[in-house]
Amino acid sequence: MKVFTYSPGGVHPDESKITKDFPFEVFKSPPVVVIPLQQHTGAPNNPLVSVGDYVKVGQKIGDTNQFVAAPVHASVSGKVLAIEDRLLPNGTKGKCVVIENDYKDEWVELSKRDSFEDLPREEILKVIRDKGIVGLGGASFPTAVKLSPPPNKVIDIIIGNGAECESYLTVDNRVMLEYPDKIIKGILIEMQITGAKRGIIAVEENKEDAALLLNKKVQEMGLSNVEVVLVKTKYPQGGEKQLIKAVLNREVPSGGLPLDVGVVVQNVQTLKAITEAILEDKPVIERGITVSGDAVEKKGNFIMRIGTPASFIIDTLGLNRKLRKLIFGGPMTGIAQASVDVPVIKGTSGILMFGEEALEMAPQEESPCIRCASCVDSCPMGLMPFLIDHASRRKDLQEAERLHALDCIECGVCSYVCPSKRHLTENIKGVKQAIIKQKKIEAAKQAAFEKLKQQRQKEKEMS
Amino acid sequence: MAKYDIDLVVNAAPHIRDKVNTSSIMRDVVLALIPAMVGSIFIFGERVIVVYLVSIVSSILAEYVGNLLFHKNSSLKDFSVVVTGVLLAMTLPPSSPWWMVVVGAFSGILLGKMIFGGIGSNPFNPALVGRAVLMVSWPTYMTTWDKPRFFIGFPFRVLSLDAITSATPLNVVQLQSYSQLISEFGSKLNLYTSLFFGTVGGSIGETSAILLLIGAIYLFIRKVIDWKIPTFYIATVFVLSFVFGRDPIFSILAGGLFLGAFFMATDYSSSPKTPLGKIYYGIFLGIMTVIIRQFSSYPEGVMFSILLGNALVTYFDKTMPRVYGVFPKKEVSK
Ligand code: SF4
Ligand code: SF4
Repeated sequence: MKVFTYSPGGVHPDESKITKDFPFEVFKSPPVVVIPLQQHTGAPNNPLVSVGDYVKVGQKIGDTNQFVAAPVHASVSGKVLAIEDRLLPNGTKGKCVVIENDYKDEWVELSKRDSFEDLPREEILKVIRDKGIVGLGGASFPTAVKLSPPPNKVIDIIIGNGAECESYLTVDNRVMLEYPDKIIKGILIEMQITGAKRGIIAVEENKEDAALLLNKKVQEMGLSNVEVVLVKTKYPQGGEKQLIKAVLNREVPSGGLPLDVGVVVQNVQTLKAITEAILEDKPVIERGITVSGDAVEKKGNFIMRIGTPASFIIDTLGLNRKLRKLIFGGPMTGIAQASVDVPVIKGTSGILMFGEEALEMAPQEESPCIRCASCVDSCPMGLMPFLIDHASRRKDLQEAERLHALDCIECGVCSYVCPSKRHLTENIKGVKQAIIKQKKIEAAKQAAFEKLKQQRQKEKEMS
Repeated sequence: MAKYDIDLVVNAAPHIRDKVNTSSIMRDVVLALIPAMVGSIFIFGERVIVVYLVSIVSSILAEYVGNLLFHKNSSLKDFSVVVTGVLLAMTLPPSSPWWMVVVGAFSGILLGKMIFGGIGSNPFNPALVGRAVLMVSWPTYMTTWDKPRFFIGFPFRVLSLDAITSATPLNVVQLQSYSQLISEFGSKLNLYTSLFFGTVGGSIGETSAILLLIGAIYLFIRKVIDWKIPTFYIATVFVLSFVFGRDPIFSILAGGLFLGAFFMATDYSSSPKTPLGKIYYGIFLGIMTVIIRQFSSYPEGVMFSILLGNALVTYFDKTMPRVYGVFPKKEVSK
């Protein structure tokens, strides 16, 4: 198999894929689940149940009529205890449906299908939306929206993302090894709805066994339009833009989306979820999660119910030292949690726990920038992180924008390599948000001004 | 939940960082200079130890004074001052009096670094600033070269003592001729070997090409320095010397080119940060060095070229890398 990669930039931290060979285990269902109403990027959902209602597994409990959204479903059967604001893994508070598990696991009725080939496109898209599928790699963008490009865009290639370039995480690896058929079917379904001619599954070299297995399955199924390729093990190889560049040598234009270059990139776990939604009628009520890090007693890859609180996971798997850091996601982009009460959501790919060593793994004390240019050489987007950082500290939004701060993918590489331990990614993220906010304010001002002008115009005409 | 001890720290991603830090980088640079340092003691005798020591100690003192003067937190632990101290000593003649070294170190650290805000903010290479101050203050001391004297049994001893000139090879070429120099050394090959091992007159740390190269390779392997600046610098000197009818091999081995190219032109703060800027900078330094050697009254051009290059870094850094997804054509149409 040919090995693809992108350049310039990227790093190769210790892989620490401790749980690589741990097969999926079904995780104990918790006594209480906390299901956030919004687990996707887009418009918020409204609750469809009330406190005291009895819900079944798979029952839709939140939805909206907005287009960019994905409904949420009950992951256990039982009584709705509360609908209230709870702390979410992204650090904010949001409405959650709290359900008490009656451990009966009573499911809603599912209508399975034997095949997808003769389903019309709209039907498939409807099911994908209805089953609450979002990007399970962590981005959480509603999948049905991603697969509904505007009419002037042609999608010719679907890339299955099996790169899993973050250290510690091994869920995608396990999904590829344990559910290869579902991944391949998922790609075929996506090809069918988008009309894409080719499907490519890209796997990092350190998971060659998974790539070989997928390849074997593709051969067995006699598919000539799907291929499996290897990509070099380096972070952020699995970033959409980097993967497209590596595999196809296409570059997503600044400010654009993969579909601007005719591509949809989909995480392998999302592909599996699509197959399950179409053929088994199953909504996203659980997902694969790697639980790892030095502080967890029993590490592994688990199929966990959405809404499982971190505290329950800690109690079940045990700690072997004082817990100092709890990360939802991978070590490069994951979010450190302030509380163990946060629940697992659709975007949670891993839960990492560390003791005192966490403080050494990410020293926080900054020293002056020595202008070594490591951040420049490693940025996968070709940016000058130390300059954007300076601009950010000076609150010079204009300069930051001129330096293409908005093109930053927030991969964390610049902070990772910096010998002075500067908080580059954090500051660049901050300045990005400030720029976007300022743009919104300006747009609003402009709109108000236009309105005023029109009004004056009207008044003039009237008089 | 009470079972476990939990005390969560919350900070922004990434949650892992590379092990490399500022002082580990600086330690690597000092380590890389050790072969040339040890070599210079063999070549010029134990008196250069005094120059090294005085230079390092006064640099540390100067940094300490600078911290007090400019109300900065102590910056001594980042080790960069030791690098400057060693480099300054290496650019001085072996016979430098100790008080001159003190002045050089203080001017280099205070005027070349602390005044601009310390590490990372200096537009010029501090060691070269120190050397430049001494060059204009005590030109005679700075251009007095005495004979290398080897310890007995020095393994690289390839020539007899009398064959060595007391002036630097570039001096001889400037004042007399290249053929005169070759005849002093006996043959071209002898000259090359002497330059390679460093058994010629010159500044303390600049004479041995091989020992500097060993250090440089270490820094490449440790990814402390980027290959672009030194490679383009040396290659440009090689090609241009040839164009001007000089012996290209002699031109790259003689004088302070290796020391300058590998250890001075690569100084982070005073060199370009963009990949393309590094290439242009290396070529620029090469051109300047050859021009100074060819046309000025100075036989050696490395120091002035680098200081001049330092002054122009902002221009070299205008060559920003191409941002992913931003296409040159689009910018034109804007
Ligand atoms: S990596 Fe850190 S020290 Fe080096 S240039 Fe970038 S910000 Fe400065
Ligand atoms: S976080 Fe942004 S600026 Fe830093 S390396 Fe990644 S893309 Fe570049």
